[in-house]
Amino acid sequence: MGLPVAHACSIVPISKTVGANRIIPTVAIPHPFGDPLKSREEEKVLRRELVLKALQALTTPISEQTVFS
Amino acid sequence: MTMKSPYRIIYCLNQFFGGLGGEDKADHPPCIFDGPKGPAILLQQRFPEVQVVKTVVFGDNYIAGKTDVAVAEVLALLRNSIDFSGADAPHLLLAGPAFLAGRYGIGCAAICKAVQEEFGLPAVTAMHPDNPAVAEYRKEVLIGVADKDVMGMEEGLDRMLALGKKLIHHLPLVPEEDNYILQGRRQNYFTQKSGAERAVEMLLRKIAGLPYRTEYVMPSFDRVPPAAPLSDLSRARIALVTSGGIVPRGNPDRIESASASRFGTYSIKDVAALSSEGYQSIHGGYDPTYANQDPNRVLPLDVIHELLTEKVFGSLHPYYYATVGNATSVARARDFGRDIGQRLVADGVQGVILTST
Repeated sequence: MGLPVAHACSIVPISKTVGANRIIPTVAIPHPFGDPLKSREEEKVLRRELVLKALQALTTPISEQTVFS
Repeated sequence: MTMKSPYRIIYCLNQFFGGLGGEDKADHPPCIFDGPKGPAILLQQRFPEVQVVKTVVFGDNYIAGKTDVAVAEVLALLRNSIDFSGADAPHLLLAGPAFLAGRYGIGCAAICKAVQEEFGLPAVTAMHPDNPAVAEYRKEVLIGVADKDVMGMEEGLDRMLALGKKLIHHLPLVPEEDNYILQGRRQNYFTQKSGAERAVEMLLRKIAGLPYRTEYVMPSFDRVPPAAPLSDLSRARIALVTSGGIVPRGNPDRIESASASRFGTYSIKDVAALSSEGYQSIHGGYDPTYANQDPNRVLPLDVIHELLTEKVFGSLHPYYYATVGNATSVARARDFGRDIGQRLVADGVQGVILTST
Protein backbone atom coordinates (compact mmCIF):
# COMPACT_ATOMS: atom_id res chain seq x y z
CA MET A 1 0.00 0.00 0.00
CA GLY A 2 1.28 3.44 -0.92
CA LEU A 3 4.35 4.68 -2.73
CA PRO A 4 7.64 5.21 -0.90
CA VAL A 5 8.50 8.93 -0.87
CA ALA A 6 11.92 10.37 -0.13
CA HIS A 7 11.41 13.81 1.37
CA ALA A 8 14.52 15.86 0.64
CA CYS A 9 14.39 19.00 2.74
CA SER A 10 16.55 21.35 4.75
CA ILE A 11 14.49 21.60 7.93
CA VAL A 12 14.30 18.06 9.23
CA PRO A 13 12.16 18.88 12.30
CA ILE A 14 9.37 20.18 10.04
CA SER A 15 9.55 17.07 7.90
CA LYS A 16 9.28 14.96 11.04
CA THR A 17 6.38 17.01 12.36
CA VAL A 18 4.33 16.68 9.20
CA GLY A 19 4.94 12.94 9.16
CA ALA A 20 7.39 12.19 6.33
CA ASN A 21 8.85 8.72 6.71
CA ARG A 22 11.99 8.77 4.56
CA ILE A 23 13.78 12.06 5.24
CA ILE A 24 16.94 13.21 3.44
CA PRO A 25 18.51 16.36 4.95
CA THR A 26 19.67 18.80 2.29
CA VAL A 27 21.96 21.83 2.18
CA ALA A 28 19.92 24.96 2.95
CA ILE A 29 16.46 26.42 2.44
CA PRO A 30 17.22 28.60 -0.63
CA HIS A 31 19.35 25.89 -2.29
CA PRO A 32 18.58 22.43 -0.92
CA PHE A 33 20.41 20.67 -3.77
CA GLY A 34 23.27 23.11 -4.27
CA ASP A 35 25.82 25.40 -2.73
CA PRO A 36 26.47 28.71 -4.50
CA LEU A 37 29.86 28.98 -2.78
CA LYS A 38 31.12 25.96 -4.67
CA SER A 39 31.98 25.75 -8.35
CA ARG A 40 29.24 24.45 -10.62
CA GLU A 41 31.12 21.16 -10.99
CA GLU A 42 31.54 20.70 -7.23
CA GLU A 43 27.94 21.62 -6.74
CA LYS A 44 26.81 18.94 -9.14
CA VAL A 45 28.84 16.32 -7.32
CA LEU A 46 27.14 17.36 -4.12
CA ARG A 47 23.72 17.27 -5.79
CA ARG A 48 24.36 13.85 -7.22
CA GLU A 49 25.26 12.50 -3.78
CA LEU A 50 22.02 13.85 -2.35
CA VAL A 51 19.85 12.42 -5.12
CA LEU A 52 21.57 9.04 -4.83
CA LYS A 53 20.90 9.15 -1.10
CA ALA A 54 17.21 9.83 -1.81
CA LEU A 55 17.04 6.92 -4.25
CA GLN A 56 18.75 4.66 -1.74
CA ALA A 57 16.24 5.74 0.89
CA LEU A 58 13.47 4.53 -1.44
CA THR A 59 15.05 1.07 -1.50
CA THR A 60 15.60 0.87 2.26
CA PRO A 61 13.07 -0.98 4.44
CA ILE A 62 12.03 1.12 7.44
CA SER A 63 9.48 0.66 10.20
CA GLU A 64 9.34 4.25 11.46
CA GLN A 65 10.33 7.80 10.50
CA THR A 66 13.95 7.62 9.43
CA VAL A 67 16.46 10.38 8.68
CA PHE A 68 19.00 9.31 6.07
CA SER A 69 21.85 11.64 7.02
CA MET B 1 -36.39 34.25 18.72
CA THR B 2 -39.26 31.84 19.14
CA MET B 3 -41.02 29.86 16.49
CA LYS B 4 -44.75 29.33 16.44
CA SER B 5 -44.59 26.42 14.03
CA PRO B 6 -42.46 23.42 14.95
CA TYR B 7 -38.98 22.85 13.59
CA ARG B 8 -39.64 20.88 10.42
CA ILE B 9 -36.80 18.42 9.96
CA ILE B 10 -35.67 16.00 7.28
CA TYR B 11 -33.89 13.04 8.81
CA CYS B 12 -31.31 10.71 7.23
CA LEU B 13 -30.43 7.21 8.47
CA ASN B 14 -28.69 4.10 7.20
CA GLN B 15 -30.54 0.86 6.52
CA PHE B 16 -29.94 -0.39 10.04
CA PHE B 17 -31.22 2.62 11.98
CA GLY B 18 -33.87 3.22 9.33
CA GLY B 19 -35.31 -0.23 9.96
CA LEU B 20 -34.72 -1.78 6.53
CA GLY B 21 -32.37 -4.48 7.83
CA GLY B 22 -28.77 -5.29 8.62
CA GLU B 23 -25.81 -6.00 6.35
CA ASP B 24 -28.14 -7.87 3.99
CA LYS B 25 -29.72 -4.51 3.14
CA ALA B 26 -26.46 -2.54 3.00
CA ASP B 27 -26.69 -2.30 -0.81
CA HIS B 28 -30.14 -0.73 -0.68
CA PRO B 29 -30.46 2.48 -2.74
CA PRO B 30 -31.79 5.57 -0.97
CA CYS B 31 -35.53 5.71 -0.28
CA ILE B 32 -37.76 8.21 1.47
CA PHE B 33 -40.55 7.82 4.03
CA ASP B 34 -43.13 10.18 5.48
CA GLY B 35 -42.56 11.03 9.12
CA PRO B 36 -39.86 9.83 11.51
CA LYS B 37 -38.12 6.46 11.79
CA GLY B 38 -35.80 4.98 14.42
CA PRO B 39 -33.71 7.67 16.11
CA ALA B 40 -35.92 10.36 14.55
CA ILE B 41 -38.86 9.02 16.58
CA LEU B 42 -36.72 9.31 19.71
CA LEU B 43 -35.75 12.86 18.77
CA GLN B 44 -39.40 13.81 18.39
CA GLN B 45 -40.24 12.27 21.75
CA ARG B 46 -37.46 14.20 23.45
CA PHE B 47 -38.26 17.51 21.79
CA PRO B 48 -41.93 18.34 21.31
CA GLU B 49 -40.97 21.35 19.18
CA VAL B 50 -39.59 19.01 16.53
CA GLN B 51 -41.54 17.56 13.64
CA VAL B 52 -39.69 15.11 11.42
CA VAL B 53 -41.48 15.40 8.10
CA LYS B 54 -39.48 12.94 6.01
CA THR B 55 -36.89 10.27 6.66
CA VAL B 56 -34.34 9.29 4.02
CA VAL B 57 -32.86 5.81 4.43
CA PHE B 58 -29.83 4.56 2.50
CA GLY B 59 -27.75 1.38 2.45
CA ASP B 60 -24.26 1.79 3.93
CA ASN B 61 -22.45 0.05 1.08
CA TYR B 62 -24.51 1.78 -1.55
CA ILE B 63 -23.71 5.27 -0.33
CA ALA B 64 -20.07 4.64 0.62
CA GLY B 65 -19.36 2.72 -2.57
CA LYS B 66 -20.71 5.21 -5.07
CA THR B 67 -21.23 8.32 -3.01
CA ASP B 68 -21.79 10.73 -5.91
CA VAL B 69 -24.53 8.59 -7.45
CA ALA B 70 -26.21 7.91 -4.12
CA VAL B 71 -26.17 11.56 -3.07
CA ALA B 72 -27.65 12.60 -6.42
CA GLU B 73 -30.43 10.08 -5.82
CA VAL B 74 -31.06 11.48 -2.35
CA LEU B 75 -31.29 15.00 -3.78
CA ALA B 76 -33.75 13.81 -6.40
CA LEU B 77 -35.91 12.09 -3.76
CA LEU B 78 -35.98 15.28 -1.71
CA ARG B 79 -36.64 17.52 -4.69
CA ASN B 80 -39.58 15.37 -5.77
CA SER B 81 -41.23 15.12 -2.38
CA ILE B 82 -40.55 18.45 -0.68
CA ASP B 83 -41.32 22.04 -1.57
CA PHE B 84 -38.21 23.87 -0.38
CA SER B 85 -39.64 27.33 -1.05
CA GLY B 86 -43.20 26.82 0.19
CA ALA B 87 -44.78 27.80 3.50
CA ASP B 88 -44.11 24.34 4.89
CA ALA B 89 -40.48 24.24 3.79
CA PRO B 90 -38.19 22.28 6.13
CA HIS B 91 -35.87 24.17 8.47
CA LEU B 92 -33.13 21.63 8.91
CA LEU B 93 -31.67 18.30 7.85
CA LEU B 94 -30.20 15.97 10.45
CA ALA B 95 -28.22 12.81 9.67
CA GLY B 96 -26.98 10.17 12.09
CA PRO B 97 -25.47 10.05 14.68
CA ALA B 98 -23.04 7.79 12.86
CA PHE B 99 -20.80 7.09 15.89
CA LEU B 100 -17.67 5.24 14.69
CA ALA B 101 -19.37 3.67 11.65
CA GLY B 102 -17.28 4.77 8.68
CA ARG B 103 -19.69 4.05 5.81
CA TYR B 104 -22.58 5.56 7.71
CA GLY B 105 -20.46 8.61 8.55
CA ILE B 106 -19.56 9.17 4.92
CA GLY B 107 -23.21 8.88 3.93
CA CYS B 108 -24.39 11.34 6.58
CA ALA B 109 -21.69 13.91 5.85
CA ALA B 110 -21.98 13.66 2.07
CA ILE B 111 -25.74 14.20 2.24
CA CYS B 112 -25.35 17.18 4.60
CA LYS B 113 -22.82 18.78 2.27
CA ALA B 114 -24.97 18.25 -0.81
CA VAL B 115 -28.20 19.41 0.79
CA GLN B 116 -26.77 22.64 2.13
CA GLU B 117 -25.23 23.39 -1.26
CA GLU B 118 -28.21 22.35 -3.35
CA PHE B 119 -31.13 23.63 -1.28
CA GLY B 120 -29.43 26.12 1.05
CA LEU B 121 -30.85 24.06 3.90
CA PRO B 122 -28.93 23.96 7.19
CA ALA B 123 -27.64 20.44 7.82
CA VAL B 124 -25.95 18.78 10.78
CA THR B 125 -24.62 15.33 11.47
CA ALA B 126 -22.86 13.83 14.48
CA MET B 127 -20.20 11.18 14.81
CA HIS B 128 -17.15 10.17 16.79
CA PRO B 129 -14.09 12.34 16.04
CA ASP B 130 -12.23 9.26 14.78
CA ASN B 131 -14.90 8.45 12.20
CA PRO B 132 -13.05 8.51 8.85
CA ALA B 133 -15.68 10.87 7.41
CA VAL B 134 -14.51 13.61 9.80
CA ALA B 135 -11.20 14.24 8.03
CA GLU B 136 -12.99 14.36 4.68
CA TYR B 137 -15.96 16.56 5.54
CA ARG B 138 -15.34 18.53 8.73
CA LYS B 139 -14.50 21.78 6.92
CA GLU B 140 -17.74 21.89 4.96
CA VAL B 141 -20.14 20.08 7.23
CA LEU B 142 -21.06 20.88 10.82
CA ILE B 143 -20.39 17.68 12.74
CA GLY B 144 -21.42 17.31 16.37
CA VAL B 145 -19.22 15.15 18.57
CA ALA B 146 -20.86 11.79 19.28
CA ASP B 147 -19.82 8.77 21.27
CA LYS B 148 -18.32 5.70 19.65
CA ASP B 149 -21.48 3.59 19.76
CA VAL B 150 -25.25 3.74 20.30
CA MET B 151 -24.84 4.20 24.04
CA GLY B 152 -24.37 7.85 23.05
CA MET B 153 -27.54 8.06 20.97
CA GLU B 154 -29.48 10.51 23.13
CA GLU B 155 -26.48 12.77 23.66
CA GLY B 156 -25.80 12.73 19.92
CA LEU B 157 -29.41 13.59 19.08
CA ASP B 158 -29.47 16.46 21.56
CA ARG B 159 -26.20 17.80 20.23
CA MET B 160 -27.29 17.68 16.60
CA LEU B 161 -30.53 19.49 17.34
CA ALA B 162 -28.78 22.15 19.44
CA LEU B 163 -26.29 22.78 16.64
CA GLY B 164 -29.08 22.77 14.08
CA LYS B 165 -31.00 25.42 16.01
CA LYS B 166 -27.89 27.59 16.01
CA LEU B 167 -27.66 27.30 12.25
CA ILE B 168 -31.36 28.04 11.78
CA HIS B 169 -31.18 31.16 13.95
CA HIS B 170 -27.72 32.22 12.70
CA LEU B 171 -26.22 32.08 16.19
CA PRO B 172 -22.43 31.93 16.54
CA LEU B 173 -20.84 28.59 17.31
CA VAL B 174 -18.72 28.55 20.47
CA PRO B 175 -15.88 26.01 20.20
CA GLU B 176 -15.53 25.62 23.99
CA GLU B 177 -19.23 25.00 24.54
CA ASP B 178 -20.93 23.56 21.51
CA ASN B 179 -19.18 20.19 21.23
CA TYR B 180 -18.69 20.14 17.51
CA ILE B 181 -15.71 19.20 15.39
CA LEU B 182 -13.78 22.37 14.68
CA GLN B 183 -13.90 23.53 11.09
CA GLY B 184 -10.74 25.63 11.10
CA ARG B 185 -12.55 28.97 10.91
CA ARG B 186 -11.35 32.10 12.67
CA GLN B 187 -13.65 34.59 14.34
CA ASN B 188 -12.78 38.17 15.22
CA TYR B 189 -13.54 39.42 18.70
CA PHE B 190 -12.68 42.42 20.87
CA THR B 191 -10.42 42.05 23.87
CA GLN B 192 -8.96 44.41 26.47
CA LYS B 193 -5.39 43.20 26.31
CA SER B 194 -3.02 43.18 23.38
CA GLY B 195 -1.60 39.95 21.98
CA ALA B 196 1.80 40.77 23.52
CA GLU B 197 0.28 41.13 26.99
CA ARG B 198 -1.69 37.91 26.64
CA ALA B 199 1.38 36.04 25.39
CA VAL B 200 3.53 37.24 28.30
CA GLU B 201 0.81 36.27 30.76
CA MET B 202 0.65 32.86 29.21
CA LEU B 203 4.42 32.50 29.38
CA LEU B 204 4.52 33.51 33.06
CA ARG B 205 1.83 30.94 33.83
CA LYS B 206 3.80 28.32 31.98
CA ILE B 207 6.99 29.18 33.88
CA ALA B 208 5.08 29.05 37.17
CA GLY B 209 3.70 25.64 36.26
CA LEU B 210 0.14 26.96 36.13
CA PRO B 211 -2.40 25.88 33.53
CA TYR B 212 -2.65 28.06 30.42
CA ARG B 213 -4.38 27.71 27.12
CA THR B 214 -2.99 28.59 23.73
CA GLU B 215 -5.05 30.90 21.52
CA TYR B 216 -3.82 29.20 18.40
CA VAL B 217 -3.94 25.45 18.45
CA MET B 218 -1.39 23.98 16.10
CA PRO B 219 -2.77 21.66 13.45
CA SER B 220 -2.47 17.99 14.23
CA PHE B 221 -0.65 15.98 11.59
CA ASP B 222 -1.61 12.47 10.77
CA ARG B 223 0.84 9.64 10.45
CA VAL B 224 1.05 7.02 7.75
CA PRO B 225 2.93 3.76 8.07
CA PRO B 226 6.07 3.79 5.89
CA ALA B 227 5.50 2.33 2.44
CA ALA B 228 7.40 -0.77 1.44
CA PRO B 229 10.73 -0.03 -0.25
CA LEU B 230 11.47 -0.45 -3.94
CA SER B 231 12.61 -3.98 -4.59
CA ASP B 232 14.66 -3.15 -7.68
CA LEU B 233 15.77 0.45 -8.22
CA SER B 234 17.19 -0.32 -11.67
CA ARG B 235 13.67 -1.07 -12.91
CA ALA B 236 11.72 1.39 -10.79
CA ARG B 237 9.66 4.25 -12.23
CA ILE B 238 10.45 7.43 -10.31
CA ALA B 239 8.58 10.74 -10.12
CA LEU B 240 9.58 14.22 -8.98
CA VAL B 241 7.41 16.47 -6.80
CA THR B 242 8.41 19.75 -5.18
CA SER B 243 6.95 22.19 -2.69
CA GLY B 244 9.79 24.59 -3.53
CA GLY B 245 7.83 26.62 -6.06
CA ILE B 246 9.86 25.75 -9.17
CA VAL B 247 7.64 26.52 -12.17
CA PRO B 248 8.11 27.39 -15.84
CA ARG B 249 9.06 31.06 -16.19
CA GLY B 250 6.04 33.33 -16.04
CA ASN B 251 4.23 30.94 -13.64
CA PRO B 252 1.59 29.83 -16.18
CA ASP B 253 -0.75 28.38 -13.51
CA ARG B 254 -0.40 31.45 -11.31
CA ILE B 255 0.44 29.40 -8.26
CA GLU B 256 0.44 31.70 -5.23
CA SER B 257 3.77 32.48 -3.53
CA ALA B 258 2.10 31.82 -0.17
CA SER B 259 -0.96 29.79 0.89
CA ALA B 260 -1.01 27.98 -2.43
CA SER B 261 -4.42 26.88 -3.62
CA ARG B 262 -3.14 24.64 -6.41
CA PHE B 263 -0.23 22.71 -7.81
CA GLY B 264 1.16 22.70 -11.35
CA THR B 265 1.82 19.74 -13.65
CA TYR B 266 4.78 20.29 -15.99
CA SER B 267 6.14 18.05 -18.70
CA ILE B 268 9.80 17.07 -18.44
CA LYS B 269 9.58 14.56 -21.24
CA ASP B 270 12.51 15.97 -23.23
CA VAL B 271 14.00 18.20 -20.56
CA ALA B 272 17.47 17.13 -19.40
CA ALA B 273 17.95 19.94 -16.88
CA LEU B 274 16.11 23.00 -15.60
CA SER B 275 17.55 26.16 -17.15
CA SER B 276 17.40 29.58 -15.53
CA GLU B 277 15.82 30.88 -18.75
CA GLY B 278 13.04 28.31 -18.65
CA TYR B 279 12.25 27.99 -14.95
CA GLN B 280 12.05 30.09 -11.82
CA SER B 281 11.08 29.93 -8.16
CA ILE B 282 7.82 31.61 -7.15
CA HIS B 283 8.05 30.50 -3.52
CA GLY B 284 7.61 33.34 -1.02
CA GLY B 285 9.50 33.46 2.25
CA TYR B 286 12.97 32.54 1.01
CA ASP B 287 15.41 34.46 -1.17
CA PRO B 288 14.87 32.97 -4.65
CA THR B 289 18.17 34.27 -6.04
CA TYR B 290 19.97 30.91 -5.92
CA ALA B 291 16.98 28.94 -7.17
CA ASN B 292 16.49 31.36 -10.07
CA GLN B 293 20.20 31.16 -10.97
CA ASP B 294 19.95 27.37 -11.17
CA PRO B 295 16.52 25.78 -10.54
CA ASN B 296 18.21 22.35 -10.31
CA ARG B 297 19.27 23.50 -6.85
CA VAL B 298 15.67 22.97 -5.76
CA LEU B 299 14.46 20.34 -8.22
CA PRO B 300 17.57 18.36 -9.25
CA LEU B 301 16.44 17.33 -12.71
CA ASP B 302 19.94 17.56 -14.22
CA VAL B 303 21.29 14.86 -11.93
CA ILE B 304 18.11 12.81 -12.14
CA HIS B 305 18.51 12.76 -15.90
CA GLU B 306 22.14 11.68 -15.64
CA LEU B 307 21.22 8.85 -13.30
CA LEU B 308 18.43 7.79 -15.64
CA THR B 309 20.86 7.73 -18.58
CA GLU B 310 23.24 5.65 -16.47
CA LYS B 311 20.31 3.29 -15.76
CA VAL B 312 20.65 3.74 -11.99
CA PHE B 313 16.85 3.69 -11.95
CA GLY B 314 14.40 2.38 -14.52
CA SER B 315 12.33 5.25 -15.87
CA LEU B 316 11.10 8.76 -15.06
CA HIS B 317 7.48 9.87 -14.88
CA PRO B 318 7.18 12.44 -17.71
CA TYR B 319 5.79 15.24 -15.53
CA TYR B 320 6.86 16.94 -12.38
CA TYR B 321 4.41 18.45 -9.89
CA ALA B 322 5.08 21.74 -8.14
CA THR B 323 3.42 23.80 -5.48
CA VAL B 324 4.50 26.28 -2.84
CA GLY B 325 4.88 25.08 0.73
CA ASN B 326 4.93 28.57 2.25
CA ALA B 327 1.98 28.85 4.68
CA THR B 328 0.01 26.33 2.66
CA SER B 329 -2.58 24.64 4.84
CA VAL B 330 -2.24 21.02 5.79
CA ALA B 331 -5.72 20.32 4.43
CA ARG B 332 -4.81 21.74 1.02
CA ALA B 333 -1.51 19.91 1.00
CA ARG B 334 -3.35 16.70 1.77
CA ASP B 335 -5.67 17.31 -1.17
CA PHE B 336 -2.72 18.00 -3.48
CA GLY B 337 -1.00 14.85 -2.27
CA ARG B 338 -4.05 12.71 -2.88
CA ASP B 339 -4.51 14.10 -6.38
CA ILE B 340 -0.84 13.79 -7.34
CA GLY B 341 -0.68 10.31 -5.83
CA GLN B 342 -3.57 9.10 -7.98
CA ARG B 343 -1.87 10.38 -11.13
CA LEU B 344 1.41 8.73 -10.19
CA VAL B 345 -0.20 5.40 -9.42
CA ALA B 346 -2.11 5.56 -12.71
CA ASP B 347 1.21 5.92 -14.55
CA GLY B 348 2.82 3.02 -12.71
CA VAL B 349 5.18 5.16 -10.64
CA GLN B 350 6.82 3.20 -7.83
CA GLY B 351 8.84 5.79 -5.93
CA VAL B 352 8.80 9.56 -5.41
CA ILE B 353 11.41 12.18 -4.62
CA LEU B 354 9.75 15.15 -2.96
CA THR B 355 11.92 18.22 -2.56
CA SER B 356 11.19 21.08 -0.16
CA THR B 357 12.88 24.35 0.53
